[in-house]
Amino acid sequence: MSSFLDRYEALIGRLPGDSRLRADAADAFRASGIPGEQRRRAEAWKYTSLRPVAETAFRAAGPVHEAETILRRLPLLDAPCAVFVDGALRDDLTAEPGLAGCSSRFALTPDFGTLTRPDQEPMVALNTMLAEDGLVLEVGAGDDFGTLQIVHIAASNGDFHPRHIIRLRENARLALIEHAAGDGIYLTNTVTEVHLAAGAHLTHIRIQQDASTAFHVSTVYADVGPGATYDSFTLSLGGRLSRTEAHVGLNGPKAMAHLNGANLLTGAQHADFTSVVRHEAPNCQSRQTVKNVLAGRARGVFQGRIEVARDAQKTDGYQMNQALLLSPEAEIDSKPELEIFADDVKCSHGATVGELDAEQLFYLRSRGVPEAEARAILVHAFLSELLDTIADDTIRDHLERIVETRWESLIA
Amino acid sequence: MLEIRGLAASIEDKPILKGIDITVPDGEIHAIMGPNGSGKSTLGYVLAGREEYEVTAGGVTFNGADLLAMEPEERAVAGIFLAFQAPIELPGVNNANFLRTALNAIRRARGEEELDAAQFLKTARAAAKTLAMKEDLLKRNVNVGFSGGEKKRNEVLQMAILKPRLAILDETDSGLDIDALRIVADGVNALRSPDFSALVITHHQRLLDLLVPNRVHVLAHGRIVRSGGPELALELEKSGYAAMVQEAA
Repeated sequence: MSSFLDRYEALIGRLPGDSRLRADAADAFRASGIPGEQRRRAEAWKYTSLRPVAETAFRAAGPVHEAETILRRLPLLDAPCAVFVDGALRDDLTAEPGLAGCSSRFALTPDFGTLTRPDQEPMVALNTMLAEDGLVLEVGAGDDFGTLQIVHIAASNGDFHPRHIIRLRENARLALIEHAAGDGIYLTNTVTEVHLAAGAHLTHIRIQQDASTAFHVSTVYADVGPGATYDSFTLSLGGRLSRTEAHVGLNGPKAMAHLNGANLLTGAQHADFTSVVRHEAPNCQSRQTVKNVLAGRARGVFQGRIEVARDAQKTDGYQMNQALLLSPEAEIDSKPELEIFADDVKCSHGATVGELDAEQLFYLRSRGVPEAEARAILVHAFLSELLDTIADDTIRDHLERIVETRWESLIA
Repeated sequence: MLEIRGLAASIEDKPILKGIDITVPDGEIHAIMGPNGSGKSTLGYVLAGREEYEVTAGGVTFNGADLLAMEPEERAVAGIFLAFQAPIELPGVNNANFLRTALNAIRRARGEEELDAAQFLKTARAAAKTLAMKEDLLKRNVNVGFSGGEKKRNEVLQMAILKPRLAILDETDSGLDIDALRIVADGVNALRSPDFSALVITHHQRLLDLLVPNRVHVLAHGRIVRSGGPELALELEKSGYAAMVQEAA
């Protein structure tokens, strides 16, 4: 903890933006520390300890990898791309002229820190305290930006805290795909603040393919206005220890959120998917399905909370967590929560845990399909139902290919 | 083709098969009949390699090879095909992809060239047409939402495409109307050759009228209690299992 605070002390005065916000975040972080570092464990971090993050000396010298090499091996779509290397926007690798040279602007917009709660989220406090670079994107009313990719590459052993601010005006549209990867022992700790005005539509895909020695924390806050849609999908494949967190406020009538995700893990990997959806207005809808495929000694965590305010009548909430355990040592922890103060709502949740179905496996093998291939087919079938919910064909095919490649390397 | 010698098998330590002897020569169709719970489906599963069943005695050779030493997929490559009594649903697995994966896995294992999507679809469509199957069943997930009859036809479709040397039909005729029954029988008869044999598990004479078995075996309490020619099935149809089973006991 102290090394992060030392660096903050050294940077004071040079950090862009509101210094009060930074100082408050530093106070919050000083009190909380890294989750798992202190004896008393916060409820929100019940199943995930970031103690190894606290114990790693990130800025110690280590090999520096070539960012271009890492970038080349990433499966990217043919669409504009903003590339961050070790937390800093690299103009030379960023193929979207409108985005270059604006990396510290995030802290100068009035949107910086308006949605986040550093006092409640230690990793958000850490980000708020140290963020130096990020992306600011505003899509004008009625405009369709198309697809934008943000790539986070770690090329050296460090801790990186990018901060993005996305604002969609009335009826604007954007498909945002975040991709994280790297080599070495590093921490990528991203915070994204999303503002969606009436009728706006954001598709937000997060693909985490970090090194198996790396730590990854990604936190999103979304303010979803009337009739607007926050449609998200998170795919966690890499990292030693990762946490994907979403705080979504359905703040106008008929707002909608999809918070889907899949963890595909092996070895000693640990991935945590945590979300809080707040239904604040009537007639809103939230949909969430998170699937885990866990091999080796991998551990998946799902914490999903739906809160329905007193005025949020006719709320329609659905939440499902499913896990496929491919080995006896794999583990899933699932904690769905509903907190409902309105009286006319439809909310349901469920969780299933299981192994591959022996009858299905035998059926495939009896038709000549080798066991490994039969298992791959059934795992793919388990995930395909979820991937099928992605409306955009290009993005869905993209994710299917990434899942397939990962699966092949997993069983190789 | 197939030689079953003194085969005994149990599931969860409960003996089901208690010493079965059946020899199926090349090109022959043998019927297996018998009351419910006599072990007919277990015999099919053991021959196809289902791991839950433990073989406790005896052996099976298939074209000279030790069948019981082979994995289920190796048996399929060698030419064994089990048409399931209750075909398994595979949500999220496209039927045409499933069939193509199976066919190509078998072709690959046999050192034959794999079929590409276009070649395969042509073969599959033709086979589906012969079986009077709706073509959209190829596009749907395997057996998901299929009617009972459609599931059975889908088994016969797989058999027609995989072209096994020994087909084991486990009550493929149950739940089928007369027309569907004829289509299933035609599917089996189309494969008949000196290189093709079948074990047909059934309760009904109707299917045997259309397939005409060389031999009929009656299985009861895990043992073959009678074997004979096609006339044995007719005798059963008239007098039922009870007399025959009692006689043997």
